[in-house]
Amino acid sequence: MPICADDVEWVEEPTMNFWESTFLPAIFGGLQITGSHVVDGKTVTHQYPEEKPVLPAHYRGVHRLNKDEAGRVKCVACMMCATACPAHCISIVATEAPKDDPLWNGRDKFPLSFELDELKCIYCGMCEEACPCDAIELTHIYDLVGTTRQELLFDKNKLLSVYDQTKDCGLDPVRTKRGALSGCSEFANLPTLGPATSVKADDRAAKAASPGVIHD
Amino acid sequence: MPTVYIDDKSIELAPGEKLNCIQAAERAGIEIPSYCYHPALSVVASCRMCLVEVGEKKPDGTVSIPPKVFPGCQTPVKDGTVIVTNSKRVLDAQKATLEYLLLNHPLDCPVCDQAGECGLQDFSYKYGRGYSRLNEPKNIKPDKDYIGEQITLFTDRCIMCTRCVRFTREYSGTGELQVINRGSHEEIDIFPGQPCDNKLAGNVVDLCPVGALCSKDFLYEQRVWWLKGKDSVCPGCSTGCSIRVDQNNDVLYRLKPRYNPQAQGHFMCDEGRFGWKYISSEKRLRQPYQKQGAGLAPSNWNTVMPAVKTAIATQVKAAPSKFAAIISPWSTVEEAYLLAKLLKGMSSDITLALGPVRHVGDDDHYPKTVTGAPPKDVKFTIRAEKCPNRRGVEGVLQHFQGSVISFETIESQLKSGALEGLFVLNADPEATFTADFVQAAKGLKLLVVQDLLESPLANEAHFVLAGAAWAEKEGTFVNHNGLAQGIFRGVRGPGEARPDGRILWELNDRKGLFRASTVRQEIANEINAFAPLILGDLGEHGVMLNSSTIPATKELQPV
Repeated sequence: MPICADDVEWVEEPTMNFWESTFLPAIFGGLQITGSHVVDGKTVTHQYPEEKPVLPAHYRGVHRLNKDEAGRVKCVACMMCATACPAHCISIVATEAPKDDPLWNGRDKFPLSFELDELKCIYCGMCEEACPCDAIELTHIYDLVGTTRQELLFDKNKLLSVYDQTKDCGLDPVRTKRGALSGCSEFANLPTLGPATSVKADDRAAKAASPGVIHD
Repeated sequence: MPTVYIDDKSIELAPGEKLNCIQAAERAGIEIPSYCYHPALSVVASCRMCLVEVGEKKPDGTVSIPPKVFPGCQTPVKDGTVIVTNSKRVLDAQKATLEYLLLNHPLDCPVCDQAGECGLQDFSYKYGRGYSRLNEPKNIKPDKDYIGEQITLFTDRCIMCTRCVRFTREYSGTGELQVINRGSHEEIDIFPGQPCDNKLAGNVVDLCPVGALCSKDFLYEQRVWWLKGKDSVCPGCSTGCSIRVDQNNDVLYRLKPRYNPQAQGHFMCDEGRFGWKYISSEKRLRQPYQKQGAGLAPSNWNTVMPAVKTAIATQVKAAPSKFAAIISPWSTVEEAYLLAKLLKGMSSDITLALGPVRHVGDDDHYPKTVTGAPPKDVKFTIRAEKCPNRRGVEGVLQHFQGSVISFETIESQLKSGALEGLFVLNADPEATFTADFVQAAKGLKLLVVQDLLESPLANEAHFVLAGAAWAEKEGTFVNHNGLAQGIFRGVRGPGEARPDGRILWELNDRKGLFRASTVRQEIANEINAFAPLILGDLGEHGVMLNSSTIPATKELQPV
């Protein structure tokens, strides 16, 4: 759409007087600010790594794979994280849970391998958001160092060890306590959610204060 | 013309045409959701998902609609029928039906293989309520992995549409599946010790609108939204079922039947469905080879191609009548044409023969009858002839030398020592070249083998050209009935293997890239029998060749 001539407002550059055109007032103004920081005695430099910064609660660092009460990997290999990942850094091979093993009782599917390339990752947190069973979470660990690329290709065991390392440190509590499979499968444990779908006020469901019901 | 009104649209019925409300609405471009209805199976109207309001437009222009909903699958339409699919009554019925179906459905979509192509997910999203009012625990039924060798049943996901039960009763005629118990205790099950292992059993997995019946072969292999499909044709037998090849990252994961009224209908057999594993076999040829001393040495295309060209030209020049080519009935029409064109262009004395046509047993007709007698109304046939393109290759051979020389004839010529040079174009993973044949081939002055798998014959060759499997190339297959269907490249071959069409295109010294549709048009222009292929694009359902020009050697069976 072409711009209408009436919408255009022409602004003239303000004219400078003699002193302003020497630029000296601007230079001294700048020096004054610098000088005040030199003498005010405040330090802004962090003495990293001796002194670690305090990170905000929502900081997104290295990933971990959570474990359930039975110590099994919580991940059900639904691959939603790999689907959501914009950097394509997650690769999962799924397999059927052994039926005759009591450890895997009540589970159908689990990740045989779970590889996450921490170098490819852009730490956007979409995997955590996509996960229906709160299995993958981002921790506060940010100082990730490795000497080879292979070292930073985190496999399932390494991601599970990050869980052991961080679950009790206070900074990274397991954020939700949903069921073994996912929140959507266990209505009894499901917290009341925000309105994803509108419910009419005269609907019986809207009046009942039952779990799993979405209220306006 | 009889007219049917669906919401704000109308369609006209052909004289004598019988449609139900779902089919009529589909023609008008309106979706009536349904689970238990399938065009190939009988109507039971048990899922109640297709409830719509149905009324009548009177001759005086007034419309009367009874104040209730009818199952669309069971209600035939006639002149003046009015179907309403978007009224409040219908929308409420759809919501209520979905709520009932979801009462006991476990909602384990994260681990369910059907997620992404699930009828329950799609319709819940489109027509459902979006939340549950159920306060009670769900009914949990045990999983049954004994349903069949290839099928497993997640009982609690089942919505009791009984498509699978009706399929085994009406289509395969074997009737292994049944509904046991009543009411909310209903389950799909087999008769004790009688698993669902018939040759069409894999279709019940496709028929299942939810994730209850799953294929053990594909279980947890991939999420379906990652799969990319290409249209193709099953090469397992001469029925030529239309299929879709599903792959991700050049790994083939599954085959799915594609509806084609001209070929096989809606379904495919398990031999075809699971019979493609050789494509990822360890024995695939990954690069061309050239004879060096007593054995074969790996080579590359840049050296092999000119060498093959020169060797063939020299051999043909020396003794044209002693040079022959064997073209597999697994090769496409385009490949057969390019090879025939190349060799017949060098000398008309060269013999072109059809490769080995495998026959296994007799044609297998479905539905099976209790007495074992042949069915009166054949719905599906697994053919004994285990190759996809015998008629196509025969058509090409007929054009180039007037007759089709069988494999047996050329085999006896080879054994009698009447041949000095041989080009074997093979694409059949189970081609039967006997030890005698291989022994006789050892004495040849030039043996070129173009194949996809390592074989004793390839070990004796002077040149081995690594070709492609059917899912890795494009071309045309002509089925038993003269239906020409296009196949498309779904996956790339292993290593340096190349599509056969490309290899032959380059042997012909042609410029540019091999494109099946261009060659197809060239064939249509040159060979009368293939004239219907002139458009190059064969469409979704293929093109029928005039069956009088390619005589069928066997009696045709209705599909």
